[in-house]
Amino acid sequence: MSRTFARLSGLTVAYRAEGTSSTALEAVDLDIVAGERLAIIGESGSGKSTLALALAGLLPGDAHVTGRIAWPAYGHAPLPGRDYGFVFQDAGASLNPVLPVGEQIAEVAQRHLGMAWREAYGRARDLLARVRIPHPEAALRAYPHQLSGGQRQRVGIASAIAAQPRLLIADEPTSALDMVVQAEIVALLGELVREDGMTLLFITHDIALASGFADRIAVFRNGRLVEAGPAIEVLSHPKDAYTASLITDHIDLSTPPLIAGDTA
Amino acid sequence: MSAPLLSATAISRTYAGSGRRVVALDGASITVARGETLGLVGPSGSGKSTLARILLRLVEPDAGRIDFDGVDLLSLRGEKLRTMRRRIQMVFQEPLAAFNSRATVGSALADPLRIHGIVSQSERPAAIAHLLERVGLDPALASRAIHEISGGQRQRVAIARAIATKPDLIVLDEAVSALDVSVRGKILELLVGLQREHGIAYIFVSHDLAVVRAISHHIAIMEAGRIVEHGRAHDVVADPQSATGRALVAAVPRLVLT
Repeated sequence: MSRTFARLSGLTVAYRAEGTSSTALEAVDLDIVAGERLAIIGESGSGKSTLALALAGLLPGDAHVTGRIAWPAYGHAPLPGRDYGFVFQDAGASLNPVLPVGEQIAEVAQRHLGMAWREAYGRARDLLARVRIPHPEAALRAYPHQLSGGQRQRVGIASAIAAQPRLLIADEPTSALDMVVQAEIVALLGELVREDGMTLLFITHDIALASGFADRIAVFRNGRLVEAGPAIEVLSHPKDAYTASLITDHIDLSTPPLIAGDTA
Repeated sequence: MSAPLLSATAISRTYAGSGRRVVALDGASITVARGETLGLVGPSGSGKSTLARILLRLVEPDAGRIDFDGVDLLSLRGEKLRTMRRRIQMVFQEPLAAFNSRATVGSALADPLRIHGIVSQSERPAAIAHLLERVGLDPALASRAIHEISGGQRQRVAIARAIATKPDLIVLDEAVSALDVSVRGKILELLVGLQREHGIAYIFVSHDLAVVRAISHHIAIMEAGRIVEHGRAHDVVADPQSATGRALVAAVPRLVLT
């Protein structure tokens, strides 16, 4: 029997700026099931990032929230770092530029797992190996700018899982990366979530990327939940025309070329 | 087989900074046929954007040669280079950064018409309206500011600006990468339609092999500043010969429906 990890009821988020208010999320009802990989799909302006920030309690001060998020899994609002890890699109901006990456990861373990520094630092090395950073021993002492975009995202993931959270929220974690690195990072996330039994919320604009590993898919458009269901069902029998258009508009290597005379 | 529109041969470029040398291009060679699209694809840092900028003469190579329609492109200076620029245009990823965002759509399109003397001043408003129509936009958009219109509309204006000078070649650097998929498909169709109508050749730079495949006749794959594979689009995708080509093919997310 599936257990509810978090429940969104009538969640509405509006941003106020210069006297006007714009609604980013409108009356969203959605359950997150414990242990599932849930993909949140949406294009720009869909509200998908606002949803991630609302779950993480990271909405800016000018956001006006109504409705509620219940956390039966915790019985309280989750604490960043300890209860959930957050993987940002731009790992470079989420890491401290003047602190070696090993210390940043160790800090999370020290604070939330109550480890002594030495033990936490050892955990940071193990985590760097686990996210497959080459030469983890040396990488501990590297600064973020010395790493490639893909390596920085691996560090971001290591830091997000350092306190063994039960929930991982990844907001477009691969959209700043090239496709080969994207494939590696997605495989890594899937593996970590499976091994640790984490619940994963994966936010992406790419329905094909989600189709490869999500258990369930929730499609958002203009702040509203369009449809949600098991990935296979949503993809093979979309209930909503918008979901169907996302599937049709997807381009992969089996898509017929747009140019003429190139079929041979 | 007619001579290619453009052939770049053994292009090299090294960047020097803070005590170390970075080889961006290491003897890269490509050819582009008239009225066809060459897709240039590769991982981050493979040198594809540097090569695109060299072809546009925005960056000078350390070595190599570029022939464009029988002209030694790298030898051009001053007036001759300016005249050539109308024949090779560009569209970048982020149109907001490519425009003065407070300019109007109309003035952004008037610039190339004026600079290259395409039409007289009195004919400009009609020419601008015509350009907007050709990229599927309402001519009334001419009075709007660049920052007021949507990202998809902005990329159409960037394409309108590029075709304003009736170029033989447009270099598109990640031109659809920042767009929503629903908008992306329409922009790709627009590009293909303009190519068919006017015989424009494209160099389409992207990290996304599937998008490149959809609109390219030929594909060149880059890795570490070199062209590791260059062939017909169908062949490169169906049977990649290089390790990078195989990795790119494998990395394209497939829609899993079962």
